[in-house]
Amino acid sequence: MSVVDRQEWDVVVVGAGGAGLRAAIEARERGARTAVICKSLFGKAHTVMAEGGIAAAMGNVNEHDNWQVHFRDTLRGGKFLNQWRMAELHAKEAPDRVWELETWGALFDRTKDGKISQRNFGGHEYPRLAHVGDRTGLELIRTLQQKIVSLQQEDHRETGDYESRLKVFQECTVTRILKDGERVSGVFAYERETGRFFVLQAPSVVIATGGIGKSFKVTSNSWEYTGDGHALALLAGAPLLNMEFVQFHPTGMIWPPSVKGILVTESVRGDGGVLRNSEGKRFMFDYVPDVFKEKYAETEDEADRWYDDPDHNRRPPELLPRDEVARAINSEVKEGRGSPHGGVFLDVSTRMPAEVVRRRLPSMYHQFKELADVDITAEPMEVGPTCHYVMGGIAVDSDTAAARGVPGLFAAGEVAGGMHGSNRLGGNSLSDLLVFGRRAGWHAAEYAQGLTQDRPPVGDAQVDAAAAEALRPFSAEAEDVAGPPENPYTLHQELQQTMNDLVGIIRREGEMEQALKKLAELRVRARRAGVEGHRQFNPGWHLALDLRNMLLVSECVARAALERTESRGGHTREDHPSMDRAWRRLNLLCRLSDPTGSLAATDPVRGQISLAPETTDPIRPDLLALFEKEELVKYLTEEELYE
Amino acid sequence: MSSYEARFKVWRGDAQGGGLEDFTVEVNDGEVVLDIIHRLQATQAPDLAVRWNCKAGKCGSCSAEINGRPRLMCMTRMSVFTREETITVTPLRTFPVMRDLVTDVGFNYTKAREVPAFVPPAGLGPGEYRMMQEDVDRSQEFRKCIECFLCQDVCHVVRDHEENKKAYAGPRFLMRIAELDMHPLDAAAETGLDRKRTAQDDHGLGYCNITKCCTEVCPEGIKITDNALIPLKERTVDRKYDPLVWLGSKIRRRSSPA
Repeated sequence: MSVVDRQEWDVVVVGAGGAGLRAAIEARERGARTAVICKSLFGKAHTVMAEGGIAAAMGNVNEHDNWQVHFRDTLRGGKFLNQWRMAELHAKEAPDRVWELETWGALFDRTKDGKISQRNFGGHEYPRLAHVGDRTGLELIRTLQQKIVSLQQEDHRETGDYESRLKVFQECTVTRILKDGERVSGVFAYERETGRFFVLQAPSVVIATGGIGKSFKVTSNSWEYTGDGHALALLAGAPLLNMEFVQFHPTGMIWPPSVKGILVTESVRGDGGVLRNSEGKRFMFDYVPDVFKEKYAETEDEADRWYDDPDHNRRPPELLPRDEVARAINSEVKEGRGSPHGGVFLDVSTRMPAEVVRRRLPSMYHQFKELADVDITAEPMEVGPTCHYVMGGIAVDSDTAAARGVPGLFAAGEVAGGMHGSNRLGGNSLSDLLVFGRRAGWHAAEYAQGLTQDRPPVGDAQVDAAAAEALRPFSAEAEDVAGPPENPYTLHQELQQTMNDLVGIIRREGEMEQALKKLAELRVRARRAGVEGHRQFNPGWHLALDLRNMLLVSECVARAALERTESRGGHTREDHPSMDRAWRRLNLLCRLSDPTGSLAATDPVRGQISLAPETTDPIRPDLLALFEKEELVKYLTEEELYE
Repeated sequence: MSSYEARFKVWRGDAQGGGLEDFTVEVNDGEVVLDIIHRLQATQAPDLAVRWNCKAGKCGSCSAEINGRPRLMCMTRMSVFTREETITVTPLRTFPVMRDLVTDVGFNYTKAREVPAFVPPAGLGPGEYRMMQEDVDRSQEFRKCIECFLCQDVCHVVRDHEENKKAYAGPRFLMRIAELDMHPLDAAAETGLDRKRTAQDDHGLGYCNITKCCTEVCPEGIKITDNALIPLKERTVDRKYDPLVWLGSKIRRRSSPA
């Protein structure tokens, strides 16, 4: 069986969104031969759906902004659970990463004096988001894509081959990270078009696969978001952290049903849109939590004045961090003050002239017009929470993006954990991709270059095992021991419903226990997921393989959520409604129960994931000094403050 | 709101050949064609191949021809058809079929590589770029492109003439040249690269006879013909036939270092 095609590269990047492409550019510029593998066509990654902007304290619109303020906002947004060194690097380096994009041809919206314009967003003290209307993600992905093409053009001039130093393997899926002992030795993948298997041998692998939203029924995420990178890392022996923290974006479309979950950008609120309930009340004023009390307006008048005079007024509560707004909407609906289709109203039509709406929010205007027959310049939108982002992810070293315990494995972007703590601020994702994508590419290249004489080999046995695993769905019917073959689409729908209903925005102990039982049942049934047809571009087969990843990741979320008996950021427990300062220092690490990475023994009761709590490093004193003592006492325990 | 059963014909097959297959399938309120294709996958044809991604009109993956018209499946609402109508979904005709609704769009990636990249201006570091909004407006319109390749599919220069593919970049990539040419800080000219001339000589701008089919199918509403291709043609004509412009360009190029 080991007649699988093999190629050698220095660095393999899995994923071609913002983080993956930025990593690939960096690795190639530092001299590493770099391959990128992505499930979709080059340039279609989920990053294109990011709308609002890239957070970077350039101070173009408000000169008071600087990295310290951005750092503070990020920690507040994450409720101080953030891996603080990541938040520090992120705040310091984001402006350089944005300016660099301009030198690659990006065209951001401008200020009157010709600089990059910056807009307001939830949780950011000053206008901070570099943007292009409401299609910033598209601009980001296109700029990185075109930069890659320009590097390929350089290589073509020198070597006669566009792909001699940087190649994109598009529409290919990685199913296993390969290892030699402890060290990474490459990846095993299949080509979606032909179903053909291949191996890329490389000492460095960067995982940049994004998130896990497709395990939930209502989500803003695309089909690619099946938690592949999270699962690949687990299977390779690297731990995941903070998986209980899942961000529900407060404003997704809710009507008609077929578009439920599609994102409505936060820029709608940043630019002046307000949330109202069925009684016409701006309810967010009732939901400002204690930790944010002094920072948000108490009256509509003050909130409205803030847009023009932010130095003398406090910001509107519609711009609280996303977790707060999502919970508030959830409560309003539950109290019976929701909109006809079970959400609340988000209105720009009474707040700005139609022509301003069309100019500042063109994709939103288009999206509602085309998909819901709603003219947002004339009537309010109906919105509700949608699963949007996972704060948890692969545990990484802050400076190098290296995954813990697996030499040669790196991770950046949404798939990496720690940066955003318990809740991510809008706009901090695109900057995260750039800052840590670059760092991952840099250190992956450096690590590979240090191993020129001693490259880890790829053993045939691992390749054979990976091939057998990938072919399993075709023989599911033949080896039925426990029942008939299962339809992968049905299994996926049941998984999404389970996570949505039982491990969703508001969580309860009993429901999560129920979810774990259901996941165990699905796991056993997924072993019998069978497919029709052959290996050539077969979506049923692809889904059957993705199910392994979604089930692993869902179990991580459910187990960690059950364990954390407090509410913080993207983890809300009805049975433990308040934030507990003692939990702040604790990260929950998820590891595979069977360290060999084999999934054969799927004990339905014990599950596949083991949890271990870990105390985090104390925040560096000079960073703590950026906050007032009165604020710190809300988050830190007495002994931490004393230290 | 109510559900009904719709009749669909979907092309199934591969490079060796294939044909339209009939389906009867449930349709619910507010659904788009892509929802129906997904329902077919989940209930009747699990191996039906289709490309898609965001399902929100932002990624440009789910391009196909619906009743013969190039469209995004995720942005085509079922309510635009009558309930009696049979809806025919076929792969993009201009590109070779891989399987079912999935085509090999490699042509577009080849053409993308042939367009010389943005040239950063010498002497301006990161953070020093200054551009006025009105000067970036034009290029920003073209950068709204989601690369769905519907314009490439519909353009009759290549749709019915395989032999033109070698010499012709197609609307999307001629527009990319226009975008770079109108970029306020692109320094291609300083390096001796005349984007307008290469549009004509290397990328087949002359083949376009401005029938505006590309503009009509653009899901982003970009005025490809009026705002990108025609201005590019006009400037090219100026360059090629205006002796003063020609002379000026010669003198300037000689006095510049490289």
